[in-house]
Amino acid sequence: MSTPYAKLPAWADYGLIPLINLSVAFIVAGFVVLLVGENPFRAAVILVEGAFGKGTGIAFTLFYATTFIFTGLSVAVAAHCGLFNIGTEGQAYIAGLGIAIVCLSFDSVLPWWLTFPLAIVASALVGALWALIPAYLQARRGSHIVITTIMFNFIAASIMVYLLVGPLKPAASQAPQTRNFLAGAELPKLNWIIELFGAKIRSAPLNVTFLLALAMAFLVWLLIWRTKLGYEMRTYGHSPKAARYAGISETRIIITAMMISGALAGMMALNPVMGDQHNVAIDFVSGAGFVGIAVALMGRLHPVGIVLAAILFGMLYQGGAELAFEMPAISRDMIVIIQGLVILFAGALEHMFRPYIQALFASFSPRSVGMEAVKGKGA
Amino acid sequence: MDVFIAIVQILDSTIRLSVPLLLACLAGLYSERAGIFDIGLEGKMLVGAFAGAAAASVFHSALLGLGMAILISVAFAMVHGFASITHRGNQIVSGVAINFIAAGSTIILGQAWFQQGGRTPALQPGERFDAIVWPGAEAVRDVPIIGPIYAELISGHSILVYLAFLMVPFTWWVLFRTRFGLRLRAVGENPAAVDTAGISVAWLRYRALICTGILTGVAGAYLSMVQNGGFVKDMTAGKGYIALAALIFAKWKPVNAMFACLLFGFLDAAAIRLQGSPLPLIGKVPVQFMQALPYILTVILLAGFIGKAIPPRAGGVPYVKER
Repeated sequence: MSTPYAKLPAWADYGLIPLINLSVAFIVAGFVVLLVGENPFRAAVILVEGAFGKGTGIAFTLFYATTFIFTGLSVAVAAHCGLFNIGTEGQAYIAGLGIAIVCLSFDSVLPWWLTFPLAIVASALVGALWALIPAYLQARRGSHIVITTIMFNFIAASIMVYLLVGPLKPAASQAPQTRNFLAGAELPKLNWIIELFGAKIRSAPLNVTFLLALAMAFLVWLLIWRTKLGYEMRTYGHSPKAARYAGISETRIIITAMMISGALAGMMALNPVMGDQHNVAIDFVSGAGFVGIAVALMGRLHPVGIVLAAILFGMLYQGGAELAFEMPAISRDMIVIIQGLVILFAGALEHMFRPYIQALFASFSPRSVGMEAVKGKGA
Repeated sequence: MDVFIAIVQILDSTIRLSVPLLLACLAGLYSERAGIFDIGLEGKMLVGAFAGAAAASVFHSALLGLGMAILISVAFAMVHGFASITHRGNQIVSGVAINFIAAGSTIILGQAWFQQGGRTPALQPGERFDAIVWPGAEAVRDVPIIGPIYAELISGHSILVYLAFLMVPFTWWVLFRTRFGLRLRAVGENPAAVDTAGISVAWLRYRALICTGILTGVAGAYLSMVQNGGFVKDMTAGKGYIALAALIFAKWKPVNAMFACLLFGFLDAAAIRLQGSPLPLIGKVPVQFMQALPYILTVILLAGFIGKAIPPRAGGVPYVKER
């Protein structure tokens, strides 16, 4: 996405402006807390303490962050190619089906370290295939990817509800979910890492998927900035015309980018399904796909930024749960507002403060907004 | 005769279920025809529903409720405008943000103000829009064929239902027979030409979004003050997205929009009525399939297999004046 604005020094572009946008989002959220009749500063203290105060809190924060790293990367990969994948939610949801098939078939025969790779492949494959159809329709039939992926979210939800109240549900059970997985499909916890630092953890669902998420973040960085494919994707995202002129196949690049995006979205399902609940239940994604949009925007589509933003949102989710406990007037839905405000200020209004900051920089040192910054990447 | 009564009843609930879709769909028509993508229809309906039910129950007036629903919904539309017109932000991103803010704030404020788990108090008579019984509806009810059609289908809806269907010819007239409508369509196809003619692109688009806000406000008020008698959290339940699908299905035309919404409303009504009971010839159809059908149909249409849906050309692109 090109900007009609002049360049700023990189540290201002990647640090200062997101920070300002984020602060504004939180200030507005503070007003909502005031409107509800609570003290926003006390709320902020409870939130941060709930997320990082105790070992258990940290583990939960990182558990949520794991989910958001996957969905954030998924949105970012598509966005680098100029595609808005709003279907991360549905791709992750339907990937639960792939995981269910692998886990229900192998959990009694294989150990976890064999089930896990199979489940990774299955989730990525199903997620990628679910993204393939909208990608194909965008590339070959010209239907808008945003609309088709929204539609596919709803279709995925219908399929999963149908399967979970019907074929996948054990006959004796009432709850709309698969049977609980056996030990062969339960991922080991990572809580001992936090315990190394002396913190005590009662029970928290942080598991090896966190490491997979970090590995994926690295691979995405490698893909986007160090491979030919990534270069082609960025070229297409920047200017489809230039890409066409350079002989890049439009169909191939759209479909590849969307399938990678879908695969990353699909892998998100591993974290709650195999790491925490040990079954596939209705609505287990619960909006994480949409959080991915906020995370990707806040992380400015860079894997390092995405990991940091995912941890921030993990903090909001975990701290928000504590907050709901301490302040009954504020339920966990407060996070949904904050999410919305972050998407608004860091996404749709990302350029709102830019002219002022540019004016400020120009008045202090005209050279900082001049020629030398041209080598910086366009946002 | 029983079959006939059943059909009339299904058609009656088709009308009731398609009204919010129709209002939201027409709302989307104004903004998309002006070149502003709006996936925030869902959120604007939701805040409209909440503001309407909350104001109606506090002030004991249905009309004040409707007014508040429109006001708040327009305010959210203006946020969308501020982000996507004034600051040229990404319209999809802004729409997503509005949906989130609406979903969260209606629950938080509802809980803080009414302490009923995110609901608003049940609306009393006078605080909601009641059904209007047309003259003679009861008298002709027993007349075969015409009686049930008049008494069930035509009579006995709330004022908002009639308003919604009147909005269809009105929207057509505004868009295709007024100067404002011509300019609105032009700004969605070629904003530079409108700008050259000395008309403000931004102000025109803002006005289109005000229309959108008014209609989504009415749609929300219908949900919470007619269909339900109070606000329940997340009560729009994806209707904004179905309306968006209907808008594409209707190829951005008002009369088509009505038929698309009636079709999607009918699918919903039929799914509720059948509840998994077998259909003749086809056998048992899963409820979920019926629910997913509007989305599947839209995807097939978008893929170009049923005619071609061509969106307004400048849709989704912020207008930058040449310098």
